[in-house]
Amino acid sequence: MDDLYRDYILDHYKRPHNFGELDPHDLEALEHNPLCGDELGVHIRVADGRIEDLRFHGHGCAISQASASIASEELIGMELEEVGELDADWMIELLGIPVSATRRKCALLNLKVVRGAVTGDHTWPE
Amino acid sequence: MARATPIADPAELASLGVKGDFPIFARRFEGRELIYLDSGATSQKPAVVIDALAEHLRAHNANVHRGVYALAQEADAAYDGARRRVAAFVGAQPRTTVFTKNVTEAINLVAHAWGRGSAAGRANVGPGDAILITQLEHHANIVPWQMLCRERGASLRYLEVDERGELSPEQLDAELARGDVRLVAFAHVSNVLGTIVPVAEMTARIRAAGAVSLVDGAQAVPHMPVDVDAIGADFYAWTGHKALGPTGVGVLHGRAEIMEVMEPFMTGGDMISSVDFQSAEWNELPYKFEAGTPPIAEAVGLGAAVDYLSGLGMERVRAHARALTAYMLERLGEVPGLRVVGPPEAERRGGLASFTVAGIHPHDVAELADRGGVCIRAGHHCAQPLMRCLGVGATARASVGVYNEPGDVDALVEALLAGREVFGL
Repeated sequence: MDDLYRDYILDHYKRPHNFGELDPHDLEALEHNPLCGDELGVHIRVADGRIEDLRFHGHGCAISQASASIASEELIGMELEEVGELDADWMIELLGIPVSATRRKCALLNLKVVRGAVTGDHTWPE
Repeated sequence: MARATPIADPAELASLGVKGDFPIFARRFEGRELIYLDSGATSQKPAVVIDALAEHLRAHNANVHRGVYALAQEADAAYDGARRRVAAFVGAQPRTTVFTKNVTEAINLVAHAWGRGSAAGRANVGPGDAILITQLEHHANIVPWQMLCRERGASLRYLEVDERGELSPEQLDAELARGDVRLVAFAHVSNVLGTIVPVAEMTARIRAAGAVSLVDGAQAVPHMPVDVDAIGADFYAWTGHKALGPTGVGVLHGRAEIMEVMEPFMTGGDMISSVDFQSAEWNELPYKFEAGTPPIAEAVGLGAAVDYLSGLGMERVRAHARALTAYMLERLGEVPGLRVVGPPEAERRGGLASFTVAGIHPHDVAELADRGGVCIRAGHHCAQPLMRCLGVGATARASVGVYNEPGDVDALVEALLAGREVFGL
């Protein structure tokens, strides 16, 4: 079996969960991966201080699309305060594959977008 | 420029048999050979270049243009000798051949020193003027002009690329006929599409319209015979590290009449003839444009690189790139879902092919190629506006150098076919 391109990664890549538009929405952000020009945006609907619903949109590699898809399952229902505290380790652990230094940004792009929408912090997660 | 070289045996030309000249190919990666198809990003270096660089540092190192002692004179001779060889390699004059850091710095030099300058009492670029570039440019030949136009109230316009990846001379004529174009900047060979632009034809039209031309030769000089004088551009820039030389040294050739009236780009040591407390006078060409200690050892290394290329013969280098690219286009066609962008004929393109594979993002294509030990690049190739024209976010790109052989292309194709299986395609 391939270390990086595991079946579940490819499944999420080919059929990403929670992708599309969400209208109306309360929060949104759009980010680019400067390395490859990939683009990922998010629409978030908020209720009672939590992410009630969320949709990603954009294009990217298997790692970035699968990361967003996998993260979306965790993010829906999460308190906004908690979202602001998520870091890179959370995402990498959730993804469950060895991510090389050059592909790290692919995996973290979705968290950057979501954190940007929720907290206004547009820096790369560390 | 498109002179046909008689080819006795095409199979022979697809390999120059010089891999052994490049020490890096002795390396093994987890037991595998290095298969390097990323020369469009940077070339590998032959032993003669590495040795020349090391020998200069070992035996001839001193600063240039300042010392009277014997060692300093050796350094002067080595640096100025490198300039003469580099100029001669592309049919240019040493006096109008400036060493820069890279092509980016060379273009910035022109955008600043010419773009912000004036001649005969008129600003070279002012409100109502236009700079014309093309949709196939590298960011290095876009952003300096965006900055200049913004600062000067000028407009930036683009020549379009057609579906074959080529520019239209008619559109160039139409743009020039508007009468406001002050400078036209364009690549000799596209780093994404591979398109060979008919540079001499374009510079003639630009000159006839009274505009200045700048050609980015980064992807041309390493791979084909280039005669700067015959091309007739007012400025022609290229870089050492893509042409088997070291990083840190680029080249700008310019037209003497224009360079003489230009103010300097960067200022400081070496570029002055005298400095008073309040003012300074500029040194003669080319030193006026070389502020501070230049890349001496790197220039010496580049001198060795152009000697090596001359030894191979640039007609042969071009014939090899063409034959190997033709082979690559043919073999890539065997990969289901693979689409190559740019001119379909190897004859009309430099030694590279950018492509997409249906169902696999270019980054993953490059990662999967690496599984087969093959180095290719993926991304926007510093050409995001062109990516938008092509309707893709990114492509994968395989680019050849003098050391590549048909077997390298075979390894790429095998890796791509295996990669499709990983993705369940």
